[in-house]
Amino acid sequence: MTKNLQLNSEGKLKHFLTIEGLDRQLLIDILDLAESFVGMSDQRIKKVPLLRGKSIVNLFFENSTRTRTTFELAANRLSADVLSMSIATSSTSKGESLLDTIRNLEAMYVDMFVVRHAISGAAHFIAQHSAPHISVINAGDGQHAHPTQAMLDMFTIRQIKKDFSKLRVAIVGDILHSRVARSDILALNALGVAEVRVIAPKTLLPTKVETLGVNVSHNLVDGLQDIDVIIMLRLQKERMSAALLPSESEYFKCFGLTEQRLKYAKPDAMVMHPGPINRGVEIESKVADGSQSVILNQVSNGIAVRMAIMAMAMQKQGGV
Amino acid sequence: MSIGKLEVSVLLDALEKNLIQTIADRKLVDPVMIGIRSGGVWVAEKLHQRLNIKQPLGLLDISFYRDDFSQIGVNPNVKPSQLPTEIEGRHIILVDDVFYTGRTVRAALNEIFDYGRPEKVVLAVLIERDGKQIPISPDCVGTRIVLAAGQRIKLTGPEPLGIDIQTVRAPG
Repeated sequence: MTKNLQLNSEGKLKHFLTIEGLDRQLLIDILDLAESFVGMSDQRIKKVPLLRGKSIVNLFFENSTRTRTTFELAANRLSADVLSMSIATSSTSKGESLLDTIRNLEAMYVDMFVVRHAISGAAHFIAQHSAPHISVINAGDGQHAHPTQAMLDMFTIRQIKKDFSKLRVAIVGDILHSRVARSDILALNALGVAEVRVIAPKTLLPTKVETLGVNVSHNLVDGLQDIDVIIMLRLQKERMSAALLPSESEYFKCFGLTEQRLKYAKPDAMVMHPGPINRGVEIESKVADGSQSVILNQVSNGIAVRMAIMAMAMQKQGGV
Repeated sequence: MSIGKLEVSVLLDALEKNLIQTIADRKLVDPVMIGIRSGGVWVAEKLHQRLNIKQPLGLLDISFYRDDFSQIGVNPNVKPSQLPTEIEGRHIILVDDVFYTGRTVRAALNEIFDYGRPEKVVLAVLIERDGKQIPISPDCVGTRIVLAAGQRIKLTGPEPLGIDIQTVRAPG
């Protein structure tokens, strides 16, 4: 699996599968382009004709509301034709059925696939096996990556904090199973923040997590010292059954973000969450809905950021 | 006018005079002036001042409306368009520096119409050169010129405004 798979022969974005291997300038280009799409909300007709005549298929092998909806809206606002497919998968013979699905859609002259899949590497696989003119965007693959979420997080951070270089960012919660955390860590480091700190119980951290370029804390109150940006992660309830945690209430007691604990971060710290939030499990409602929360800004920004990524992946493609 | 003697101030004088006439002929009331980035904005800033137009100047970036996106791609530093007011039912003076193929104006009109349905639009350009490719023409111009094959003309600025003619490839 080469990193260059994401770039065409001119070094331009072709697929968007992971933050890994993309340089700072390319990430900044995405953020800048997204910025200009935000301005479009003044228009009575909230559409630009950039991708007119292009067909985009959202292939969602795993449930999603926010991501799928914002991808659909983003494609619509670029004037592309969009088809969203939710595909239930059987656990066996996935390779073959996935490839068959792709071949069939290719035969319908599709230009882009937006893929969400429970298996890590699914979007890479599709990018490797689809026709040369097709672009693939990863909308979340297993525990591997969720790069468009990372970019909208970066966009939201830049909107408020302007400069990445002095920021200390804490990512709190289930780092082990979180593709958002992985992509956020890569993006934050590529953009040159001062520090990325992960705060989690030992059972919810990957082994050798420090090699990702993060500092580690197992205590929320200590970990929040000097923090400018707090990214809370959803506690995936299915983890409880795997005996990684005693109970939800126990988790909240130790790692839930409350108003009281938020005071340990910088007074102007911003609170983020990729959604869906479990109120009272990883975050208190007062914090989720409070003045430091930008959770809904993240959702709105998702549209402009996904527009930027789709537009960049579709430019100068398709020959000559 | 001979190409060697294109003086921006002279062209602006001529365009201003023609535009005043056009505003009268077309009965424009309380018009909104919109410049197309970048050169069109520079020309529009001058005209806006000279004609003492009340409505603030609008700035249009047509990058997302170009018809050659798949060939040239999109510049990440597109600045958002800024239209000062409701476009619906308004009289618009659209300003550009050079009118060449007509495609820029087509893209600009498409974008303006996404903000609302203006009642009238007139097009004022500093220089109209030969090479029109679609049935769109300016309503008033500073001058009209014919260039040799391979020659390109553009406005340089913003201060001072100048005219730059380049030969991008040998004629023929």
